[in-house]
Amino acid sequence: MRRNGFIGDTDTDTERITNAVSSKAGIYLHIPFCIRKCPYCDFYSTSNLSQASAFVDALIAEIRMEGNSGAWGAVEFDSVYIGGGTPTVMDTRAVLRIMGALYETFSISDAAEITIEANPATLSKDQLAALRKGGINRINIGIQSFDDANLSFLGRIHTGKDAVKALQLAGKGGFDNIGIDLMYGLPGQTPENWQKDLETAVSYGPAHISCYMLTFEPGTVMDNARKAGQFKVPGDRVQASLFLATARMLVQNGYDHYEISNFAKSAGLRSLHNAGYWNNRPYLGLGPAAHSYAPPVRKANVRSVRRYIGRMEGGKSPVESSEILDIRQQMMEAVYLGLRKADGIGYVEFNRRFQTDFCDMFEAVIDRLAKKKYLVADADKCRLTLEGMLLQESIAGEFIQVFS
Amino acid sequence: MKNIRNFSIIAHIDHGKSTLSDRLIQSTDIVSDRDFKDQILDSMDIERERGITIKSQTICLPYTAKDGNLYWLNLIDTPGHVDFSYEVSRALASCEGALLLIDASQGVEAQTLANLYLALENDLEIIPVINKIDLPSANIEMVKNQIEEDLGLDPDTAILASAKNNIGIEEILEAIVHKLPPPKGEPNAPAKALIFDSHYDPFRGTIVHFRVFDGRIRPKDKIMFMSNKAEYTVEEVGIFQIKRIIQDEIAAGRVGYLIAGIKTVSDTKSGDTITRKDRPCEQAMPGFKDPKPVVFSSIYPVSTDDYPELIVALEKLKLNDASLVYEKDSSSALGFGFRCGFLGLLHLEVVQERLEREYDLSLIITAPSVRYEVVLTDGTTLMVENPALFPDPATIASTREPYIRASIMVPDKYMGTVMTLCMERRGINKNYQYFSSNRLEMIFELPLSEVVYDFYDRLKTVTQGYGSFDYEIIDYRETDIVKVDILINAEKVDALSQLVHRDNAVFRARNACDRLKEEIPRHMFKVAIQGAIGGKVIARETINPYRKDVTAKCYGGDISRKRKLLEKQRKGKKRMKMAGNVMIPQNAFLSVLKSKE
Repeated sequence: MRRNGFIGDTDTDTERITNAVSSKAGIYLHIPFCIRKCPYCDFYSTSNLSQASAFVDALIAEIRMEGNSGAWGAVEFDSVYIGGGTPTVMDTRAVLRIMGALYETFSISDAAEITIEANPATLSKDQLAALRKGGINRINIGIQSFDDANLSFLGRIHTGKDAVKALQLAGKGGFDNIGIDLMYGLPGQTPENWQKDLETAVSYGPAHISCYMLTFEPGTVMDNARKAGQFKVPGDRVQASLFLATARMLVQNGYDHYEISNFAKSAGLRSLHNAGYWNNRPYLGLGPAAHSYAPPVRKANVRSVRRYIGRMEGGKSPVESSEILDIRQQMMEAVYLGLRKADGIGYVEFNRRFQTDFCDMFEAVIDRLAKKKYLVADADKCRLTLEGMLLQESIAGEFIQVFS
Repeated sequence: MKNIRNFSIIAHIDHGKSTLSDRLIQSTDIVSDRDFKDQILDSMDIERERGITIKSQTICLPYTAKDGNLYWLNLIDTPGHVDFSYEVSRALASCEGALLLIDASQGVEAQTLANLYLALENDLEIIPVINKIDLPSANIEMVKNQIEEDLGLDPDTAILASAKNNIGIEEILEAIVHKLPPPKGEPNAPAKALIFDSHYDPFRGTIVHFRVFDGRIRPKDKIMFMSNKAEYTVEEVGIFQIKRIIQDEIAAGRVGYLIAGIKTVSDTKSGDTITRKDRPCEQAMPGFKDPKPVVFSSIYPVSTDDYPELIVALEKLKLNDASLVYEKDSSSALGFGFRCGFLGLLHLEVVQERLEREYDLSLIITAPSVRYEVVLTDGTTLMVENPALFPDPATIASTREPYIRASIMVPDKYMGTVMTLCMERRGINKNYQYFSSNRLEMIFELPLSEVVYDFYDRLKTVTQGYGSFDYEIIDYRETDIVKVDILINAEKVDALSQLVHRDNAVFRARNACDRLKEEIPRHMFKVAIQGAIGGKVIARETINPYRKDVTAKCYGGDISRKRKLLEKQRKGKKRMKMAGNVMIPQNAFLSVLKSKE
């Protein structure tokens, strides 16, 4: 529950979301454990839970280390995202211990959005109630589909029934800000099959729905199976029509399509934390493979639980790589990320940040793409249409060509 | 001088010239077996890979003959391809004799003949060598008959050898000593030396390869090149024994190199005569000519930033390759580049490969063209080899194109397919002649432009590798040439324009559109590819747009990866050429040059 009740206070919230360079920031915690690795997933995770306890100590050590560094001392955090992996496979007390360490170390606002990711198969009522009581006010459930055949193709450990049960449990556990993840564009999936998943989702009225077109990330089990010809991927025309149908259906049902793959029941229910990434907000990532961004520096932690624990036990920094983004690179990211949002790229913010004139700079590209109805140049912002969103990579590429 | 022999090996490709050179070098002990790598004279990668020698190299072999005397055998290597006959002729002019190497299974081939004629023109003593005699398919009697009947040489003088298995090598060395004449020349006469090659050394500048006919060349000599009167002071002279070995002088009859601080590469012309400034010889060596290019193509760097490097690379290449000519060119699609003239298509390929490998350049080569003679309605005559400069058809009174006399030698079972190929290429069959019971030489007159367009590849294919080919340019003949333009989304890509015979225009335009469709990636929008003569479209293809390329998720850990990908794509795009908004990869420019099987 939002403590000061500003959820729904659309103006305030929108302002927070679109304010690109903010002294406020988000914290991401990467809990790298899963009961079973999903074949399509390229996030870092392991199913070796024996390291869980040492990992929690290490994560708390990293929290303390960051706190002592003073780097984030002046920052007020207004979002925390506990992701993974599957954070809910962890002992709830461990999660709460970690939360406690966060609160002790950093300045986290009372109204902060605190999200935990959950797998429908590993939830219990007591667990949910305990998490909710511990200050976690948002839950994002990796439902993916309500159809057992789809779930089996995706290698998920839950069923459609489990998914529904998880939704109900979360409500009973006291969560009213519930997000779900769905996937579409599966091999052989018909538009009707996908439509049914969407209808089921909408019928439970979750606050937030992320709809991900199945993507084959290099090196994943599923990508290898695709390359080996084990199944046929729907063509780009089919996927495009599924994307358009998704947007139409959810918007008709009152959802706010605020990012390519993300829909909120109202503008105030957008994921504040994830919106932070698209708005170039700073974030502190903790845990193995987590990334941090304190403009202009981005850092990445070691991508191995074992090495992560080793580093923390040795009192060493877990950072494996770090880069300083020059202005051109920052601009690249601002354009790329901005074009993912329904709010697009706001001129005032962009111009202030880069000491330039967005409309002048990209005039030719904007004109060309606007003529093709891929984007709309409003008085205050430049944003992609649905057709434009489908070609977001190429379009970002065209913008970037301008300042290369 | 009586202990010096200057000789070359002449042969058709693959008859074993490089292997024989290796054996001669090994049997004279100037390289240890440890340092020895196969085909030691073919130092360029391309040569070793293609098995052909492009750059002639020289080596001085000390050999103690059976008569107990020490001889200095100068092996002057020659290029083995039809495009390089001028290089061959310069090398041969520096020799007194030649080994004529013939493959015991293949027999006399088109190039064997061509090279023999060059050697005879230079009055060389010929020693026939039948190589690969130990192969099961060897037919020594057939080859001996060919030597007698087709070449007019004495078959009894032929040495039987297998360079690969060291058979006949000593006999060859003895024959070089006893059958070839020693060089003549007057060591005390004014200096007179022939440049037959040169190469560039990054530390020493131009290294000139030469044969002294009269007098001597010594360090500190003030020398002069007779074609352009350029003067230099000799810094160093020496001989080649794989490495350069410094000498006090190179006297009449000998072969060597000189270094004289020659930085202006175009000053060194093969075929030129070196003499001494203070005491010049009366007459230059005969036979000097500026090599005449017959095939033209434009070369552009893929990245326009590489243009300065291309300038330097061409200058350096030109030093090693007197036959390469070039001038500035520019294209709206490709930026600045060079219009280059080559001795033939293989020469073009060799230049391209050397620029790419030795100078690490990424290049776009436009469709090769010959030089057309265009007479305008106002009576003026133009020589046009660049499609961009082809005049408005309305102003053209007549056009003529170069023809060649092609000699093709094949087993007679391929007679029909060769005939078909040459007829397709607008060839006129002049005559044919049987060389042995089942091999014949077919003579065609063909437009050179038809040979430039993947003729070698097709000939090899239709004769399963058994056809051999040689040609000479004979004359210019009336023709009907049109300019085929390629339009991509209605925008003309100048670098893809080709000059072709009207009868071939539709075929070529279709082929180009087809190839481009395969090479150009899908875009956000439809890409229309058209081939046109003037305003008239004669071929078209369409590339359908893609509908989506969006990534589903982008969160904290994805952002850097995504940006790096975009940066990489941006670099990739920079290497692509743009026609309007359409990206054309480098390969697309090359692909239109090849016809589909």
